[in-house]
Amino acid sequence: MNVRGKVIKYGDNIDTDVIIPARYLNTSDPAELAKHCMEDLDKDFVNKVQPGDIVVAGKNFGCGSSREHAPIALKASGVSCVIADTFARIFYRNSINIGLPIVECPEAANDIEDGDEVWVDFDTGTIVNHTKGSTYKAAPFPDFLQELISSGGLIEYVKKQAQGGAL
Amino acid sequence: MGMTMTQKILAEHAGLESVKAGQLIKVKVDMVLGNDITTPVAVKEFEKIGAGKVFDVNKIAIVPDHFTPNKDIKSAEQVKMIREFSKKMGIVNFFEVGQMGVEHALLPEKGLVVAGDVVIGADSHTCTYGALGAFSTGVGSTDMAAAMATGETWFKVPEAIKFVLEGKPGKWVSGKDIILHIIGKIGVDGALYKSMEFTGEGLNYLSMDDRFAIANMAIEAGAKNGIFEVDEKTLDYIAEHSNKPYKIFKADEDAEYVEVYKIDLSTLRPTVAFPHLPENTRSIDEVGDIKIHQVVIGSCTNGRIEDLRIAAEVLKGKKVHPDVRCIIIPATQKIWKQAMNEGLFDIFIDAGAAVSTPTCGPCLGGHMGILAEGERAVATTNRNFVGRMGHPRSEVYLASPAVAAASAIAGKIASPE
Ligand code: SF4
Repeated sequence: MNVRGKVIKYGDNIDTDVIIPARYLNTSDPAELAKHCMEDLDKDFVNKVQPGDIVVAGKNFGCGSSREHAPIALKASGVSCVIADTFARIFYRNSINIGLPIVECPEAANDIEDGDEVWVDFDTGTIVNHTKGSTYKAAPFPDFLQELISSGGLIEYVKKQAQGGAL
Repeated sequence: MGMTMTQKILAEHAGLESVKAGQLIKVKVDMVLGNDITTPVAVKEFEKIGAGKVFDVNKIAIVPDHFTPNKDIKSAEQVKMIREFSKKMGIVNFFEVGQMGVEHALLPEKGLVVAGDVVIGADSHTCTYGALGAFSTGVGSTDMAAAMATGETWFKVPEAIKFVLEGKPGKWVSGKDIILHIIGKIGVDGALYKSMEFTGEGLNYLSMDDRFAIANMAIEAGAKNGIFEVDEKTLDYIAEHSNKPYKIFKADEDAEYVEVYKIDLSTLRPTVAFPHLPENTRSIDEVGDIKIHQVVIGSCTNGRIEDLRIAAEVLKGKKVHPDVRCIIIPATQKIWKQAMNEGLFDIFIDAGAAVSTPTCGPCLGGHMGILAEGERAVATTNRNFVGRMGHPRSEVYLASPAVAAASAIAGKIASPE
């Protein structure tokens, strides 16, 4: 699987409260959540984000609350992938579970700039920056996570197990 | 190679002799938790699995605490949905308004978590129960859904950082000051993916409420979990609150830690985290002149009885500054009653503070004390991110109940000394 899109870049420690503020958590409707994505950090995000865009950020992306509404809001906004130096661990799990592709790659997170055109291949962990003509390599997911992802997320994975009589 | 406390608990729950950092394992869980924000999403996912029933009606806790008593129609609909789900599934530990408390104060108090347990909760501060010597960590709604169906979850075995606490803290230095100090030192990603293990003779001076506050904020350093060595105080607490069987796991002598910090508690000062990250800490002596508009004393970090007692000690016979709203939120019904019986409410009300029923309320900018543009609050909560308590251009300063109470009187951030 691969995606290609224009980059919207943010800094370090982007927390789940700015990805989707708690005042909107009285719903879990993805389209509703997407309307307020990134609102407290970047009011313009909802207007500028295009389907397929890639969010690139620094350290500890998605820190803070466990709200799955955060990756859901990004995904429903059309974001095709998040690349960061590091991810907060709950956000990392949640993204894999709901099928928002994420890639941890310090080199790419550092070098890619706002507006760059970037291509990401998840199978090999290759990231190509078409604007700058550079290539970065991320570590591929461990086998178990590959299996989760290729099953279509955690729920599909558990369902498969259930059908196999493992439940 | 020896194992840390966390690794031992995980190994046992995975049915393995030993585990090592980085290993991906499947473990059995002793408790699965959700609240009124995360459970609705989990229920939708649970239904997709088609399991029909939950793995164990006694091992799931659902606590509507964030927007309850419900603040608007949408949040009431969310709680209605999870209430009906709990009824349908026969979930024993669903806590309605009237029994409800802030989840991480409530579960230990109800005896639902004990030493040696593995607990996951669709709430990031699930790490609080590490104070009891349990492995507990926050996950998302989908993880909650899968665990409700299977009684299992997956983890990457974490590396660990050891914090050796030494010495006796001063009178006004609480668990909150200790954890703020630590986060200030290592940063909001200082323990990313790792366990924070707390040990040392300094533990002798820390009450269970101090330890809950410390473990609660492990996530604020990016940690997977925070965990305390079990001692007499832990066992007394468990004996008083639970009849679940417990198990004590001690780290091996040769357990591997990626870092070891020695912290001399006697040198610490009351500590405040400035906006907009918990790592922006300053000692009370360096805060300067910061006028405030609101004080919130409550939350899963500092809404327990000792927190209220110390706030009352500071507020006794004093008045809340006329420019400040002081809101006090006991974290559970039991704490509420205890505070009432001890006469703490008289002190609060005479001082001009408001006392609320248990709720997360303003902690996450939900209700019961939202900040307007440009306003500043001192709060005993755990996060001061942009917009956390209201308007994106409001500010939250994190502090202990003693500092918060002293600030309420002074109208600016102040020392309780
Ligand atoms: S009190 Fe605050 S931090 Fe604790 S569970 Fe409630 S919203 Fe979360």
